[in-house]
Amino acid sequence: MTVDSTDIERRQFLTGTAAVLGGLGAGVAAIPFVSTFQPSERAKAIGAPVEANIDQIEPGQRVTYKWRGKPVWIIRRTEEQLAALEQMRDILADPDSVSSVQPEFAENNWRSLNQEYLVLVGICTHLGCSPSFRPLVGDVVMGADSVGGFYCPCHGSKFDLSGRVYAGVPAPTNMDVPPYKFLNESRILIGELAEGEGA
Amino acid sequence: MSKVVKNLTDLRDWVDARFPLMQLWNEHVGQYYAPKNFNFWYYFGVLSLVVLVIQIVTGIWLVMNYKPDAEFAFASVEYIMRDVDWGWLIRYMHSTGASFFFIVIYLHMFRGIMYGSYRKPRELIWVLGMCLYLALMAEAFFGYLLPWGQMSYWGAQVIISLFGAIPLVGETLSLWIRGDYVVSDITLNRFFAFHVIALPFAIAGLVLLHILALHHVGSNNPDGIDIKANKDPAGKPLDGIPFHPYYTIKDAPAIVGLLILMSVVIFFAPEMGGYFLEHNNFVPADPLKTPEHIAPVWYFTPFYSILRANTINFFMVPAKLWGVIFMGLGTMAFFLLPWLDRGKVRSIRYRGWIYKTALSIFVVSFLILGYLGLLPPTPGRTAVAQVCTILYFLFFLLMPFYTKWDKTKPVPERVT
Repeated sequence: MTVDSTDIERRQFLTGTAAVLGGLGAGVAAIPFVSTFQPSERAKAIGAPVEANIDQIEPGQRVTYKWRGKPVWIIRRTEEQLAALEQMRDILADPDSVSSVQPEFAENNWRSLNQEYLVLVGICTHLGCSPSFRPLVGDVVMGADSVGGFYCPCHGSKFDLSGRVYAGVPAPTNMDVPPYKFLNESRILIGELAEGEGA
Repeated sequence: MSKVVKNLTDLRDWVDARFPLMQLWNEHVGQYYAPKNFNFWYYFGVLSLVVLVIQIVTGIWLVMNYKPDAEFAFASVEYIMRDVDWGWLIRYMHSTGASFFFIVIYLHMFRGIMYGSYRKPRELIWVLGMCLYLALMAEAFFGYLLPWGQMSYWGAQVIISLFGAIPLVGETLSLWIRGDYVVSDITLNRFFAFHVIALPFAIAGLVLLHILALHHVGSNNPDGIDIKANKDPAGKPLDGIPFHPYYTIKDAPAIVGLLILMSVVIFFAPEMGGYFLEHNNFVPADPLKTPEHIAPVWYFTPFYSILRANTINFFMVPAKLWGVIFMGLGTMAFFLLPWLDRGKVRSIRYRGWIYKTALSIFVVSFLILGYLGLLPPTPGRTAVAQVCTILYFLFFLLMPFYTKWDKTKPVPERVT
């Protein structure tokens, strides 16, 4: 081998290894940049539980609280509304809340601790809009045979008065029931389960 | 006078000895030979460049008074509208410019499809152009959050939630994009950074690449034939004319026309009946209440309709994920046009009835989807949207077949 000749193989090896190492370096350097996109410590800390009064709610009324930046609804259902929940099964996609998010105590028709009071995250499981409350029987947008429920104005998903999704609408699952517990007969704490309750 | 001219010429020569000034000018303007048969449709490239400049200039001025903070954002936009001298004009120029950007880009894209401008050897120009279109959609989406109105808020909520439909990583991904559990001040801040720094840089860079690629292979024309095939002894295309002065002069009245149209909107209908600036966006963002009817701005509605048209679970995949998949495919399908088209000719002028029918059906479905996307969904409208979605995708899926079977007419030697 003369002094002037180029060792192509050696050059390619050096180029290759330099590129791999340089690429790894760039990849590692990207970690802090990607990580700043995660929720900050302050954003995580704001998710504290919220207390709510329920003794002022009239039957059929809805009140809204803000928990982790999201609307949480408390709805006091009437006797008729509770009775109607039994009749809904045929038109629901997930009547037993098998593939939906809720604490264990809510895996039933009424999806709540106390049948009368429904506590629900007021966010459509399709793309995160907040559905409107349509409690009237035969409501125009819910359908003439409806006994009341929730209607999402964004993409037309419908839910019954337990937040269970209708079949054939874009939303895939029932609306979420947040963890909550009764502090006493008139106050609940949203964001925390009572001891011994499963999520 | 002649002394001034001489001094200027000396200055030019001084620069030219140190920077390839005349070479750049000649390659891209003075001696860039464009086909002489450009028609109306060839205005929209230069017009999109004009709108880009308007957006950049008005954008810089808006940032001088805007505050990217969830507490103050909405009020700072109203402050610009009411208290800053001429602030309303700068803001309306920017908001009207956004809609006009999409008008000229859609017409520019339609020109490319009609005359086969994406065909070999211009595939990369088309791909770069599609990257520009995606960047523009992202730019518009990020910008729409900044006024922090109800539509800003809930539009961002819906679009970010789209990523949540992706299996396994979806929820983590949408949390990562928002930087919070809901759209919040944190989200507003990062969208501001994307809107005013990251994407404008990306768009400017892509525009440069788009034009460099175009000037490397040369412009297509309404006949879809290669003007470089016929050259004079000096090597200039016989059917080409220098971009300057011929097309600079021809484009000037089109630019004036665009500015007149934009002025009409800015001064007489800046909200365009709720299509350019939506009524609900004059209400400050409320995370607890979605407006009764939400719809994206008009330029996104065809894809929004495709998203909404997916109401059926099939192949074990939920409708929500299908919606996201089809909406994504609906935008990405354009990238594949250069490889889907098997026609023997480029331009629609020499294609047969099959292609013309297919393109017409596609355009009509696109427009119907766009119209339906503005309206609240009903079962009837959803059914129409489903039919149009199928027609939309058939245009792409069947393209390799109908372009091949189509009876084409003979292509002329020289431009007509």
